[in-house]
Amino acid sequence: MIYVQLFLAFFIPNIVGYGGGPAIIPLIEAEVVGRYGWMNAQEFAEVLGLGNALPSPIATKMAGYVGYEVAGAGGAVVAVLATVVPTLLLMLGALGLLYRYRDSPRVKRMSQWVRPVIAIMMAGMVLSFFSEGMTGAGLVHTSIIAAVAAIALFRFKAHPALVVVGALAYGGLLLG
Amino acid sequence: MTASQQGKLFFSFLRIGLLGFGGGPSMIPLVHQEVVKRHAWMKDEEFADVLAIANTLPGPIATKMPGYIGFRVGGTLGCINAVLAVILPMIVAMILLLGLFSRHRDVAWIHGMSQGMVPVVMVMMGQLAWDFLNKSRLALGWAVSLVMAAVAGVLIYWLGVHPGLVIGALLVAAMLPPLTKRKSVEEAAQ
Repeated sequence: MIYVQLFLAFFIPNIVGYGGGPAIIPLIEAEVVGRYGWMNAQEFAEVLGLGNALPSPIATKMAGYVGYEVAGAGGAVVAVLATVVPTLLLMLGALGLLYRYRDSPRVKRMSQWVRPVIAIMMAGMVLSFFSEGMTGAGLVHTSIIAAVAAIALFRFKAHPALVVVGALAYGGLLLG
Repeated sequence: MTASQQGKLFFSFLRIGLLGFGGGPSMIPLVHQEVVKRHAWMKDEEFADVLAIANTLPGPIATKMPGYIGFRVGGTLGCINAVLAVILPMIVAMILLLGLFSRHRDVAWIHGMSQGMVPVVMVMMGQLAWDFLNKSRLALGWAVSLVMAAVAGVLIYWLGVHPGLVIGALLVAAMLPPLTKRKSVEEAAQ
């Protein structure tokens, strides 16, 4: 049963998530935190933070880790398969058909219409991380870390891994 | 398909996986570098076609490309080989690192580290939200983007509609009707 839930929790976001890995994040959050309650916002933030600090696709890293936490190695395999296999099979199986539609305005419209929905869900995650920060680190620390991170990322184009390590150090020293 | 070619496939996609920071879409240039430039498994136009086709499908781009290219180069085994080379090392790293982290959550400074991460992830997610809204604005304009986002927000957060349903309905709607006013306005303008 848990395997079925894990499969669905990763299959659904990946089958509707146009726009690559990042678009799938809020959809996975809706399943993992919202629907099944396998993690709280704080734990999901850890997964995202570390996921952003490491290379390779974000969707499969999240699937592997969440699957493992929920149901061990078997869970990791199920969640990763649900992420990778369905769309890959579609791609291999329907290549000729897809080839004809690769420049279709309808296909472009599909990813265009999904974007506002993904954007509002991402904004929803920003809010939930903000309230998590308020109850955890508090207003002052949350503002300091967020401001420094924003300046480092946007102004100085710092590597995300560096910013995550900085936040870990700040938290370990000042929030412990 | 020789073992040495499977080896090349593996190490190419291992490199792509280990150098690709920032999620799937940022890995595309690395895939191009290995597949077109280094190994000449595909020509430029073909790579562009495969990328366009991968974009007609949902799901992470960074597994569809290796899977397809691996299949083309080395059959079913090549497909599995290439996908695993991209994703497996960092899945293992995540499980080990985060596993260690969450086992020691009750240690004060580890708990502090975890709290320090939240505002950073908030900022990163804010940037992603802005990226998606901005791309949406470029394609649909501010008014349409904001109305669609607001309606989706009400449906998902207020009425508790499953986000998969909201997006699924939009995808069907995008496929069904004849191409709308935008196009006829453009045609009228010409």
